[in-house]
Amino acid sequence: MYHTVIETLSAADTLKQAGGSDSGWILHHVMDSHTLDFEPFFSIQLPHLEIFGIDISITKYIFFMWIVALLLFIILYIVSRKYKSTLIPKGISNIVEITVLFVRDEIVKPTIGKGYEKFLPYLLTVFFFILLSNMFGLIPYAVTITGNIAVTAALAAISFIAIQLGGIKSHGAWGYFKGLIPSGMPPWILIILIPLEILGLFTKPFALCIRLFANMIAGHVVILSLLGLIFILQTAFVAPVSIAFAIFIYLLELLVALIQAYIFTILTSLFIGMAVHQEH
Amino acid sequence: MDLAWLGAGIGAGIAVIGAGLGIGKLAGSALEAMGRQPEAAGAIRTAMIIAAALIEGIAFFALVICILLAVKA
Repeated sequence: MYHTVIETLSAADTLKQAGGSDSGWILHHVMDSHTLDFEPFFSIQLPHLEIFGIDISITKYIFFMWIVALLLFIILYIVSRKYKSTLIPKGISNIVEITVLFVRDEIVKPTIGKGYEKFLPYLLTVFFFILLSNMFGLIPYAVTITGNIAVTAALAAISFIAIQLGGIKSHGAWGYFKGLIPSGMPPWILIILIPLEILGLFTKPFALCIRLFANMIAGHVVILSLLGLIFILQTAFVAPVSIAFAIFIYLLELLVALIQAYIFTILTSLFIGMAVHQEH
Repeated sequence: MDLAWLGAGIGAGIAVIGAGLGIGKLAGSALEAMGRQPEAAGAIRTAMIIAAALIEGIAFFALVICILLAVKA
């Protein structure tokens, strides 16, 4: 909470200096950049890197994505090491075991059914990564990496590949794509149905991408807008109301972080299940 | 330019009305079903969340178009 206030304060200063641009400072916080902002104290400039004219510099989002990945790796590695000595969970193993069992028994098993073991590692990875990055974004000064459309697009692209590979592996390439179309259709309806089914293949991961991105960015924009009201109306009397609402949205974000990780995983595994067990 | 903003605002509002109606109806029916059959509450909740996510996805498609309109303007 504190960091958003500070960010808004400093943003309001820059806003005054720039002399306008109503909502530019909100966009500034949800856009990728080459600086790590720790605003009232200091900020770190990240170097520009280019190879063959392609910009591959390590930006704000990539930096925090690596932090999340490293953190996730460390936590899960420690837990997996603990299971080597004893099978009785203790400390951090407890929460990881509960989450893993939840993903396996409540998400993957009912939606994929037979042969779910092959997809379990991927779905667990996706669940933990999205959950940790959503939660990590709520820490002061951290960045919500899932609030960047490139990150969610990459996640959705991997899900797309997993869905197609799952379908092709269990039916063969021809069988899988033929199975997308219900059998026993009159030929003239195929003209409409084939483009529709091809489009359907791509809208599923596209919706996954947009859903996660929009949900994560919406909360942050709402919090910033609520706090921005103080500076737009230029009075301290709205501050208690703004801050109360902002805290409420912040707590709601905790719930949304969990729900979005759950939804991304369950929809991916549902689509995999639909591809693996085609019933037409 | 101004008309694009107007269109984006109205479009976002209409999209939100649709999504709100959809999710409200869904939640109402799901709660009713849970009330009738409390033993099936878990399965109903899962189906409800999936359907809500799909409705939300459609609303987001509309909102993305509105954002594109507003940014382009």
